[in-house]
Amino acid sequence: MTDHAIISFQKQPALTASGVVGGNDEHEGPLQAIFDHTYDDLWLGKSSFEQAQSQMVIDAINYTLEKSALTKTDIDYIVSGDLINQITPTTFGVKQFNKAFLGLYSACATVTESLIVGALLYNMNEQARIVCGASSHFATAERQFRFPTEYGGQIPPTAQRTVTGAGYALLKNQAKGPKITQAVIGRVVDIGETDPFHMGAAMAPAAVDTISRYFKANGDDPNSFDYIVTGDLGRIGSQIAYDDLLQEGVKLDREKFLDCGKLIFNESQNFQAGGSGAGCPAVVMLGYFLPLLTQKKVKKVMLVATGALQSSLSVQQKLSIPAIAHAIVLEVKESA
Amino acid sequence: MKMTPKELKEKHEPKRPVALNCLKAFLIGGSICLVGQFISVFYMTFFDFTEKTVGNPTVATLVIITMLLTGFGFYEPLGQFAGAGTAVPVTGFANAVISASIEHRPEGFVLGVGMNMLRLAGPVIVYGVFASFILALIKTVWNIIFT
Repeated sequence: MTDHAIISFQKQPALTASGVVGGNDEHEGPLQAIFDHTYDDLWLGKSSFEQAQSQMVIDAINYTLEKSALTKTDIDYIVSGDLINQITPTTFGVKQFNKAFLGLYSACATVTESLIVGALLYNMNEQARIVCGASSHFATAERQFRFPTEYGGQIPPTAQRTVTGAGYALLKNQAKGPKITQAVIGRVVDIGETDPFHMGAAMAPAAVDTISRYFKANGDDPNSFDYIVTGDLGRIGSQIAYDDLLQEGVKLDREKFLDCGKLIFNESQNFQAGGSGAGCPAVVMLGYFLPLLTQKKVKKVMLVATGALQSSLSVQQKLSIPAIAHAIVLEVKESA
Repeated sequence: MKMTPKELKEKHEPKRPVALNCLKAFLIGGSICLVGQFISVFYMTFFDFTEKTVGNPTVATLVIITMLLTGFGFYEPLGQFAGAGTAVPVTGFANAVISASIEHRPEGFVLGVGMNMLRLAGPVIVYGVFASFILALIKTVWNIIFT
């Protein structure tokens, strides 16, 4: 049976510019050069962390517009989400742009989901200009999913650190630049993992499912991709996913299989297995890999953001952690 | 042979340094208790406290120290290093209350701090009181029967 959840876009939107902001820990990481701006503290001068996250959303969208030489009146849609209950950090941020808004939740897979929805909207109308992206904030996620920020509990080595960051990009009609050519809409995959301090293990099978579905459906050579980039599997989850992909017959060079959660922090920063959060793939995919494509240093990349779909209630009720992975394929054509 | 995701997970999971963690917990936890002992001796030497009554001011002093360490952001990294060493002494309890209070300050003093202060420490109080009640009951019954 044909897998109709693998989409080849007839009209392929170009990703023309991105705006990426981050926190201080991200500034101290190896990718500090990708950020348009980093903040010195988690508060951003606001009275709550949630408001600080809204400000990051506003700033990242403004950088996106600034780099596209557009103003907020020139865009049609904003498609975005975050991790926090009822995605209020995003809605409080986007309300000031006063544009058509679709709010999404796929946990840390939100960024690729937003790009898929953006590309679908573009297929309805090629004149549409769509801003897509996602954000997360260490302290807002920590207080909702785990413990107070200053609580001195010991975190196991499998845990990951929520990235403070927001990444947005503009989708529009343009001959030049990297285009979204294909997408794979993820399925909810649950292997019965219950440890909220080991999200990588819960999410790896979702990434494997999405990636292997893609290659089974169209018989592409995995090594025709310059990179296959997962969202926030972390050091351990990425290794699990790589081994599992080999078993599934997706034979890929190890150095082509990267993970944003591994890339964003130095090991010396002691953030256990790496970064996580909706902002992690958003800033690394849109701030690091997108410019690589724009500068034609690479030609074809698959971005697979993975999300763990538990809530703090479902974890307390001892339910397992379901996961999802949405993928997009970005390509830059020789002639473009 | 094909490995299941669970087997792959076990294969790649780093081993937890249990022995090292125990040693760290012993050293840091022991040091906290040593500080507590110094405080007790100080109060007994310079104030009118006995070995029986010095417990309360000592605990209060440790809680105040923890409050400052938590507020200035030192307790969280210390806890990551020491594990049970900082969780088991009274300072761990104090940190649980204080960190939750700080965390919920943006929601106001009543619905934020007031409602959430015991979010982490509440279960300790509930089951601590409950366990004391059960033990007191057993002791009372024991005394009635055997004395």
